[in-house]
Amino acid sequence: MPPKTCILCSKNRAMLKRPKTGQQICKECFFLVFETEVHNTIMDANLFNPGERVAIGASGGKDSTVLAYVMKTLNERYNYGLDLFLLSIDEGITGYRDDSLETVKRNQQQYSMPLKILSYDELYGWTMDAIVGQVGRKNNCTFCGVFRRQALDRGAAMLNVHHIVTGHNADDIAETVLMNIMRGDIARLGRCTSICTQGEDTIKRSKPFKYTYEKEIVMYAYFKKLDYFSTECIYSPDAYRGHARVFLKDLEAARPSVIIDIIHSGEAFEIRDEVKATQKAQQVCKRCGYMSSNDLCKACTLLEGLERGLANAGITDRARRNMNAEGPAPDDMRTIPFFKPPADMAAIPITTNS
Amino acid sequence: MASSVSLKIEFGGGLELLFANQRSHKLTLPALVPSDNSTAHSPPNLDPDTDSATSDDAPIADGWKRVDVTYLLHHLRDHLLKERPELFMDKETVRPGILVLINDTDWELEGEGEYVLKDGDEVVFISTLHGG
Repeated sequence: MPPKTCILCSKNRAMLKRPKTGQQICKECFFLVFETEVHNTIMDANLFNPGERVAIGASGGKDSTVLAYVMKTLNERYNYGLDLFLLSIDEGITGYRDDSLETVKRNQQQYSMPLKILSYDELYGWTMDAIVGQVGRKNNCTFCGVFRRQALDRGAAMLNVHHIVTGHNADDIAETVLMNIMRGDIARLGRCTSICTQGEDTIKRSKPFKYTYEKEIVMYAYFKKLDYFSTECIYSPDAYRGHARVFLKDLEAARPSVIIDIIHSGEAFEIRDEVKATQKAQQVCKRCGYMSSNDLCKACTLLEGLERGLANAGITDRARRNMNAEGPAPDDMRTIPFFKPPADMAAIPITTNS
Repeated sequence: MASSVSLKIEFGGGLELLFANQRSHKLTLPALVPSDNSTAHSPPNLDPDTDSATSDDAPIADGWKRVDVTYLLHHLRDHLLKERPELFMDKETVRPGILVLINDTDWELEGEGEYVLKDGDEVVFISTLHGG
């Protein structure tokens, strides 16, 4: 086949086909359109304010590595005026997270951004290795997901940051739409396509890659030779998501626009007011002060189950009732430190782990 | 014209785990291979009767074709892959979610599986399916 010319610059040799548009473009034009689209997404959604302190949730994987690189690039190119930080959660998974954190530490040097690492061990007194030792491999992803979400907010509060950006890409969001439809989870279906979520006095979360295809993120990392870590979590990945992912990839092979189409479908669902009214109101956890839809937040419930040797208490309602029937939590039980939302923007010099 | 092509193969994005955790491989394939992608004879090298047919304009005997990426996929699956072939191939192509680059160009611009391999080509396979 003769080499094809880039449809954008009509000069260089085309090196990839964009899944979103089918355009055949060269490497330099690809970098420019990739970065410009993320910039446009940021501007259209008004994601940032000048002077804002923003933490990039960094796992060392492809999405967050590319996000850190692109956020740094755009912040400089368009003068967003952001103070950027890397925030990593160490779940305590030997042979997985310890290796990926090495990648994040290299990113800290490469991108000269301060890095904060917060561990499950430090916050909850349990590593994932220890949790799996008690609960086995079946429900451990529940613990990990709930604990990570709260750990990110708490890490941000420690950095005095009000805003976390994550590397969730268009493929991730389309998968989540599919999963929420399959589970009939109306509350999450409504939320999962928002580019930015913020409850009352909680830390803002945004997804600048909401419209960015996974294929392009991987191509970008490859062409830019970015340093990222790619190994599957050793404690069996989220099996349900795995099915949604394979299904989505099969659809994408037949019709690349399907990813954006599914996100659009998710956005187009409207929840009737009567349905909204049955959803639980947000309150504050009585034990740790973190936002919750019950008296106790999910992390406190899970931690109490672990501490009392009744790990299923946080997973099923019946096990929860059984634990409550055994009496109240002992006074000397380990709990999560009380949550303090970040102080106001008074800039405090940050000491960072390195 | 050479009767074989030497290739450089790279695996990334977690795909190397299926290939004995080795990212980079060097490989020599015959220039002509069975059209049905059967890799039973490879290695060793090609049928000597077809050796004369490897110049570009020479006719190719029935049942043979110039070595292409589809054949390479079969070869990798049959001879290099150590575990879980279903995570690498799906029917006659790579599993959806695996990117293929031929000499740093998206294989979708090069005819995908039909691309005829040349001596010295570099083919990169990257999984997009591993956690972010």
